[in-house]
Amino acid sequence: MTDALENLRQILSAKLGDTLRDARIDREELTVEITLEGFHAACLCLRDDPACRFDMLIDVCGVDYSEYGDGAWEGPRFAVVYHLLSLPHRQRIRLRIFADTELPIVPSVVDVWAAANWFERETFDLYGILFDGHPDLRRILTDYGFVGYPFRKDFPLVGTVEMRYDPDQGRVIYEPTRTEERVVVPRIIRAEEEGRYNARNQ
Amino acid sequence: MPEINNFTMNFGPQHPSAHGVLRLVLELDGEVIERADPHIGLLHRATEKLAENKTYLQNLPYMDRLDYVSMMCNEHAYCLAVEKLLGLEVPRRAQYIRTLFDEITRILNHLLWLGAYALDVGAMSVFLYCFREREDLMDVYEAVSGARMHAAYYRPGGVYRDLPAQMPQYAASPYRDARRLDELNANRQGTVLDFIEDFTRRFPGYVDEYETLLTDNRIWKQRTVGIGVVDSERAVQLGFTGPMLRASGVAWDLRRTQPYAAYADLDFEIPVGSTGDCYDRYLVRVAEMRQSNRIIAQCVNWLRQNPGPVITDNFKVAAPPREEMKGSMEALIHHFKLFSEGMSVPAGEVYTAVEAPKGEFGIYMISDGANKPYRMKIRAPGFSHLAAMDEMAKGHMIADVVAILSTMDIVFGEIDR
Repeated sequence: MTDALENLRQILSAKLGDTLRDARIDREELTVEITLEGFHAACLCLRDDPACRFDMLIDVCGVDYSEYGDGAWEGPRFAVVYHLLSLPHRQRIRLRIFADTELPIVPSVVDVWAAANWFERETFDLYGILFDGHPDLRRILTDYGFVGYPFRKDFPLVGTVEMRYDPDQGRVIYEPTRTEERVVVPRIIRAEEEGRYNARNQ
Repeated sequence: MPEINNFTMNFGPQHPSAHGVLRLVLELDGEVIERADPHIGLLHRATEKLAENKTYLQNLPYMDRLDYVSMMCNEHAYCLAVEKLLGLEVPRRAQYIRTLFDEITRILNHLLWLGAYALDVGAMSVFLYCFREREDLMDVYEAVSGARMHAAYYRPGGVYRDLPAQMPQYAASPYRDARRLDELNANRQGTVLDFIEDFTRRFPGYVDEYETLLTDNRIWKQRTVGIGVVDSERAVQLGFTGPMLRASGVAWDLRRTQPYAAYADLDFEIPVGSTGDCYDRYLVRVAEMRQSNRIIAQCVNWLRQNPGPVITDNFKVAAPPREEMKGSMEALIHHFKLFSEGMSVPAGEVYTAVEAPKGEFGIYMISDGANKPYRMKIRAPGFSHLAAMDEMAKGHMIADVVAILSTMDIVFGEIDR
């Protein structure tokens, strides 16, 4: 399994050249980082090249790295992560592209994998990442008329609005939320201790 | 010559065949669908955002509530992700118990699907038969976890506890006399495994009953054959997985191609369809129920012969036994830390997937070393399937929309998350 991945990693390094920014194998999974400019061409190559044949797009999701490691992150804020599956070779690969922080726009891959359509709409809805070339980039999961991008780290967990029926106006109205955010278990990153969380039964 | 206009129709969100809360905007030319635009998100609870604010153990019960008819399969994917991040090995017996319950879950899911599908297409009685069998399997869920649906039985490192020695029995009540009570408790005299084994002996006969009602039924065939056809190439392109992909003729099943838990040691077949229409998807799912039954029988056999631990002995991940906590200070500290701060998981990212009854259910998890996930993405099979609704429904009649929607095995808990 790992040999096959290492093999694939070398093939990709040769084929994609400068487009490939990084390729590493961790926990038997290959993660490939690709530049924004060469992304679309790289996707076509991954799908059609006989050595790759990643014919199925499993998943697309956005990531907001702004609070990663409690401020240890230095790269761009937004990333889009793609999971691909090759049925003929029984292999998986993960692609990551970083988008601009101010105006995140990445190329759409709907013309490469039709499955990308809704996944890209979801990523746009939740993270505000735009997909250039998407045929129908509407919100998908959030309410009609929703404001904001709820999965960004600076969006509060309790949201911004709440909804109730107003008997005076005879309709449902939105108001600023009165719910207070409550943290029961604080988020802790423990300083590294040698082998502390290494499983005992390994 | 009267003027004929296209018109738009709202299907749902309060429609009995919308399988929960789907608003489907249909553009019609007479009775023919020109465009189907599903509006989803009415059940959106932001599970992924909640997960970023909960510890790894607190997140587990949320998994049950995603696809709420295949509960334990969701938990399985989540546990695999945490275990892979930790580099944790799971005891063999726990893996067999997981396999057993994955397959029980698959039968539960397919039974609900079959009943609901038949009801949508117009066959009333199948639903009642399916729920009769679901009752037995729900009782097994209850016996091991205390809950009939939202079990929270799998834990990172294994399963919560071993299978109980005694199958719970019906109690006396004013509504049933002694003879009826004995009848109900007849197959509940032994252990849970005895009860499951009894079920595996009865179940093929039940599947024959459903097939008698449906498989050669002329009306059933008229409503399903040639409806919603997707060829194999298109199914891959659209990201179909599970029975939807196999009915289109692609023999892809994660239990075989990327084995997890104990599937590598078990003997079962992968049913594959040929035409990719609604009828084929029905046949594939019915055949899968028979295969699941075979797997369950093999697991029962193995579990009988191989006692052992069912959860890891790494107390940083799973709580120590209760008796030990009474006397050991270290065990007490472990217990306290685990249920207050939770476990810390090494930084990294993993994607793990299981063959859930509906298709590939995956968890993509990023950890930055904290006691909570940094980002968790749930890959729900139904999401890709529903995205293909427009393509599958185009050119069909309104009545076929219900058949197509139902054949996808839609559950909004997982699609909206």
